[in-house]
Amino acid sequence: MVERQSPLEPVYHPGSHGNFEHGIDVILSETRPGSILQLAAWPGEEKRLMSGIYKVTGLALPDGAGGGVSNGAKSAFGFAPGKFTVVDEAEGLASAFTGVLTPSIGTLTDLSHGRTAIRIAGPKAEWVLAKFFAIDFALPAFPLGAGRSTNHHDIFAQIQRSSADQFDIYVFRSFARSFWKALCHASEEVGYEVQ
Amino acid sequence: MLITCPYCGPRDVIEFTYQGDGNRERPQPASQDLDAWNAYVYDRLNPAGDHNEIWQHSGGCRAHLRVVRNTLTHEILSTAFARGGHKTESRS
Repeated sequence: MVERQSPLEPVYHPGSHGNFEHGIDVILSETRPGSILQLAAWPGEEKRLMSGIYKVTGLALPDGAGGGVSNGAKSAFGFAPGKFTVVDEAEGLASAFTGVLTPSIGTLTDLSHGRTAIRIAGPKAEWVLAKFFAIDFALPAFPLGAGRSTNHHDIFAQIQRSSADQFDIYVFRSFARSFWKALCHASEEVGYEVQ
Repeated sequence: MLITCPYCGPRDVIEFTYQGDGNRERPQPASQDLDAWNAYVYDRLNPAGDHNEIWQHSGGCRAHLRVVRNTLTHEILSTAFARGGHKTESRS
């Protein structure tokens, strides 16, 4: 496999930054998953696609808009009607769907090289993200594992809540550096650490 | 202005793209009825009140929606997926 380079590399500076004298309230990192897939079901085939995702990843997607689940290594969430993002730390997830996701069920698009995954964690993660996106980040409105599609100044973003105070954001690779720099600026006031 | 996407829930209008009047009836592609094509391309009700519209949630789930919006107050009266092909009935 060709080694994948991060678009964030020139601006990725591990360490503490911003107003961290009073503590670090946000931790930023790039998770660099090996596989990022987009799966879309034909109308009426959503349940078969969801059972296919379960068969391949072991992730049981809940019913309902934006429902999702994460087990640490693998994650999946709905981002549009009949469409799901499935992420794996390991490479090669797309080939695992061969024979499971048949053309009669839907389609698979491998976006592993097209998206950058950014993780924001910490007690002020909701606060910082609320400066970017006009959606409700409170836990009752955005439950654990759930996904949301939204955008920030034309940078389309898919966001999954991977734990109570942690979010994984998937952005276009070509916009990732710009988004990362904006995220760093927005995190300065609360004190942030890049890992 | 907030539009409640049937999938994503209430979102700011900035996430949506207006896709035109939802009252238009597109003639069959082979139709040579010039009056029908003329009506499809040019005729608009332009009401001062409830209006059937097509919107796309382009900054979210990207679904096309049937929206009834009041052109005087900008109140969104109903939203539904456009895929069903059914016109959304306006409130009045």
